[in-house]
Amino acid sequence: MRIGYYPGCSLEGSSKEYNDSLFAVAEKCGITLEVIKDWSCCGASAAHNLNHNLALALPARTLALAEKQGLEEIVVPCAACYSRIASTKHEITNNIAAKTKIEGFIELKLSANVKILTVFGFLQKYIFPVVDGHIVNKLNQKAACYYGCLYSRPKEIAAVEQIENPMEMDEVLAKAGATPIDWAFKTECCGAGLSVSRTDIVAKLSGEIIEDAADRGAESIVVACPMCHMNLDMRRPEIKKTLKKDINIPVLFITQALGLSMGIPANKLGLNKHYVPTDKVVNCMVKMEA
Amino acid sequence: MHESIHHHADTLKSHVEDATGVILSHCYQCGKCTAGCPLNEEMDLMPNQILRILQAEMPGYEDKILSSLSIWLCLACDTCYSRCPQEVLLSKVMDYLRQESIRQNKVNPKAKDILKFHRAFLNSVKMNGKLHEVGLTIDYKLRSLNLMQDVMLAPSMAAKGKLSIFPHQVQNTKEIAKIFKKITDSEGEKQ
Repeated sequence: MRIGYYPGCSLEGSSKEYNDSLFAVAEKCGITLEVIKDWSCCGASAAHNLNHNLALALPARTLALAEKQGLEEIVVPCAACYSRIASTKHEITNNIAAKTKIEGFIELKLSANVKILTVFGFLQKYIFPVVDGHIVNKLNQKAACYYGCLYSRPKEIAAVEQIENPMEMDEVLAKAGATPIDWAFKTECCGAGLSVSRTDIVAKLSGEIIEDAADRGAESIVVACPMCHMNLDMRRPEIKKTLKKDINIPVLFITQALGLSMGIPANKLGLNKHYVPTDKVVNCMVKMEA
Repeated sequence: MHESIHHHADTLKSHVEDATGVILSHCYQCGKCTAGCPLNEEMDLMPNQILRILQAEMPGYEDKILSSLSIWLCLACDTCYSRCPQEVLLSKVMDYLRQESIRQNKVNPKAKDILKFHRAFLNSVKMNGKLHEVGLTIDYKLRSLNLMQDVMLAPSMAAKGKLSIFPHQVQNTKEIAKIFKKITDSEGEKQ
């Protein structure tokens, strides 16, 4: 089975460690990902805010290229890319007029039957069946799995079973030997694309998320979205100012957490690229008994 | 478009319904959208008020909505939609209202930076086919004149290998620019 891969812009830039840790985990399990040739940006939040046709055309181009490459399934690890690509697929599948119009804009034919996998969908389908033999460490810590908006809403494209209390990432963390906690902010919004234009709002919303995780004893927060990661990690100085307290819980990508349990070195997983130090996470780990 | 839309008057309300397929009268003002909205404290019009004003078409209502800050603060997180007993897809209405607010030149002054950021983002995609974060940041700073914002992040991001000075591009950037142009032309809209 060929598995297609759409990294998206963040994973080539500010969230490179998400890309690297995903590849490290896949490689260890002997799974190859095939990048969609000449993929382009999905348009993220900017396109749907400003132009509906563009918001459909940009992801549609990538879907068409995946089809041309003969890929039946693609992994999209960024939550925003997942949301835009899945929404586009949903709209062109249900609206034939929109499909024809978009095909005209991109000058490519579309059948839109490529299957789209989130990172936890991919882990569950391809990594879980083979991972047990590779797990050598127990993360041994309380982890707050943070899903944010884009995996859980809207329901038409939700990648999780229970939209108010998703468990898919929690299952991955349990596999890695962490204790996923029950908390209130699993699917609250971090402020997303307002990170630069309204940093104050992001500090407030992300601050509430960090505070609840801390109040419930979380030792790490685990995410599967570059935007959430940036807001919870890189915006920590603004968050601290807003909360008027110092909360130093590190924020990990889900593939970094799983990678650590597989004995992949922290630097190879890009843990050194974060703002909030991650040594505590590494220090909590214990070797599995043989 | 939608069978259940009977009136086709040239009003904002009918345009919203035609463009989005959302039937505004479905909202019975329970207020769950506003209760769950993460941005409600920042908004000048609450989400349920936006729906109510559209439904009632009070005099001057179009300007009130199109020049509100709320439509630009909406993050399209879809918490409202997921909790709406009537399944009113408010985020789709918000997308339409933002676009209409630009077309009619009624963007709230306090939302100018938000719009500038979105524009800088799309400009980077139009030029490269992919988002170039460094290019986006510089473009946004020039547009918004927030020149000093986040400058302290640049050295640490560079040290962490999170910044690429040169953009990643698609093979043929003209192909992407052409998609932008075709869409703009088809809408007969000035950029």
